[in-house]
Amino acid sequence: MNKTLLIIKREYVSRVLKKSFLLVTLLTPLGIGLIIFLAGLFAAKGSQSSKKIVVKDESGILSPQALEGKEITYVLSADKVDSLKKNYVKEGYDIMVHIPPYVEDTLATHQISYYSKEKLSLLQIEQIEEKMEKAFRDYKLEHSSLDKIALKKLDIKIKLENAMLNETDKDAVGDKSSKFSSAIASGLSYGMGFLMYLVIFIFGSMVMRSVMEEKISRIVEVMISSVKPFQLMLGKIVGVGLVGLTQLAIWMIIIPVIITVTTMAMGAPAASPELNQTAETIQKLQQENPDVMQTFLKELGSINWALILPVFVVFFLGGYFIYSSLFAAVGSAVGDDIGDSQQLMMPLTIPVILAMVMIPAVFTNPNGPLAVFGSMFPLFSPIIMPARLPFEPPGWQIALSILLLIAGVLFFTWLAGRIYRVGILMYGKKVTLKELGKWMFYKD
Amino acid sequence: MNILSIKEVVKVYQNYTALDHASFEVRKGSIFGLLGPNGAGKTTLIRIITGITRADEGHILLDGAPLNSHHPNEIGYMPEERGLYKKMKVADQLMYLAQLKGMSNEDAKKSIRFWFQRLGMEEWWNKKIEELSKGMQQKVQFVATVAHNPKLLILDEPFTGLDPLNADLLKEEIYKLNQKGVSILFSTHRMEQVEEICNDIVLINKGKILLNDSVKAVRNQFKQNQFVLQTDRAANEWSLPSGFEEVEADGYSRTFRVAAGHQSNELLMHLIQSGINIQSFHEVLPGLNEIFIKLVTQETEPSQPQNHHS
Repeated sequence: MNKTLLIIKREYVSRVLKKSFLLVTLLTPLGIGLIIFLAGLFAAKGSQSSKKIVVKDESGILSPQALEGKEITYVLSADKVDSLKKNYVKEGYDIMVHIPPYVEDTLATHQISYYSKEKLSLLQIEQIEEKMEKAFRDYKLEHSSLDKIALKKLDIKIKLENAMLNETDKDAVGDKSSKFSSAIASGLSYGMGFLMYLVIFIFGSMVMRSVMEEKISRIVEVMISSVKPFQLMLGKIVGVGLVGLTQLAIWMIIIPVIITVTTMAMGAPAASPELNQTAETIQKLQQENPDVMQTFLKELGSINWALILPVFVVFFLGGYFIYSSLFAAVGSAVGDDIGDSQQLMMPLTIPVILAMVMIPAVFTNPNGPLAVFGSMFPLFSPIIMPARLPFEPPGWQIALSILLLIAGVLFFTWLAGRIYRVGILMYGKKVTLKELGKWMFYKD
Repeated sequence: MNILSIKEVVKVYQNYTALDHASFEVRKGSIFGLLGPNGAGKTTLIRIITGITRADEGHILLDGAPLNSHHPNEIGYMPEERGLYKKMKVADQLMYLAQLKGMSNEDAKKSIRFWFQRLGMEEWWNKKIEELSKGMQQKVQFVATVAHNPKLLILDEPFTGLDPLNADLLKEEIYKLNQKGVSILFSTHRMEQVEEICNDIVLINKGKILLNDSVKAVRNQFKQNQFVLQTDRAANEWSLPSGFEEVEADGYSRTFRVAAGHQSNELLMHLIQSGINIQSFHEVLPGLNEIFIKLVTQETEPSQPQNHHS
């Protein structure tokens, strides 16, 4: 058998047969299922545990009707400010809002204040402000000479829809995605970018550790008296990569099953009141908007999977190859001290994190200069290009990006191989980045 | 016929020369000692022969052919720093290493079974390396070195870390392999082992070959014409004739040097004629250890810093 194949086989089999592999492969989807389940639970609980707010309006101008709310209950109090300040918690309120006397038409801004049992979030403060503004507005409308019906006519809500969605617009030219599909695309985009980020770090560091183990246990000298260092490095990268693909394949089967099971468990009538609550919430959501699920499925189906999936796999493999070979180079240079690896890993961590930071900018402007640059540079493209894919970038950009990626794979594995072959035989010296650079130019 | 020919090999690292036009031959079927102090260039040379690194200049012939990609399969190499995959089972590990040397699955299994029986390791087949004692691991390492039936065995300090029992066992196996025609290159700085085991040696220091010959010839070359004589009459009762120079006298034995133009037989004749009975008479040959120290210290001009590549 070919020597590289033998190495791939050993790297693959020794990992897949480990107990920890089985545990991680099975427990991760279970963990995801648990998180979804808990998230559902908390979402249901979150809407249930609403705040109770007592409002002391010294001018007495706000009406109880104006303060009615769905999630937050507002109660007007007749008590004195001083006593209410001390007793609002005892009386079962979470927050007290104090509105000092309001002198009409003198100030654009009216300063009001609050006392709260717990620290308020920015969102909660804004919610209260909005509510008070609306109540004041209602009051002012009530007491103004303006015609209420005429005012109502001023309000207008604009809905922007893509005309291409309309069946009658067959001859028109343009993109056919709806607002909804943009949201789905963004989610998909971030999901794929994040998956690449995880793959790079999890499997990249797996390759790095494995290189370090071989170096520390000194088996490496025996190995490279039988095979070339590059064969050893390549065999390791491919072997670990196959482990990753196996794990992904298992997850692709298990995760949908678990998600279906948990959703069904949450949908079915359950013993605990929280579960019933969740089921009700889901039902209510469906009643309010009966075709949400349908649109979602339709939009999901309309995504160009035939393009996205194969291209994603190409970038998945390319990104994995580039980064894991660089991680292998770092591992070869580190030796027995794991602490030393931090400094050497920096040049690898930075581009990955930069690419992650670029993702939001990519889906605000999927064809902007930053997105295009990011999807061309081989250290960024494995994360940025998959993130752009749901927004259907021009074909020539995908093709060019793949070409550059392949060039990147060849260049970086070659570079890593140069460093690796020197590093694995180097002992007892703390290696700096500068030295790593020098190793590239060593003779064999 | 030579199993190995090293011709004018040069290897230069960034700031020093590891091998400086080194040349020597290893006879097929011999046990060859590669000697030298730490940092002399032994490991660099071995790494070049095993294909781990390449020479900058010069040629290396293995069994008459320039080094090629097939040669690693014909060499068994046990580095000074031993290493095995700790979490791997003994048999899996040996199968893997033998297959990487180009053996088929069946051949590898057969060979490993043979060695397991030979060294009494059958019970370790399914054990992990980390479960074995250090001595046991050494045995596994030895099997890994010889399982693929190499033509040339390169052992770098093979006896370090072995207890006397295992060292003897290993020595026995090395002899047996040698009898079957395997050539053995043996790198060490332990002279007594070399004197005992090797036929030929090369002494290397700072990348240069200082000495290359059979052990016997080397010792002859460095002999100082000294003899030890034991008689039935105390040394102080008789004196040496002219042409013989006393080195040391002690009771009934005396050590002396034969001056140029004289033969040791002259003294024997003299003794026989004087009626002094000779009990023993033999030449004093210098130990390799002395020769080694003498040559290396001679060679050592202002000492240079040692290097990590050794």
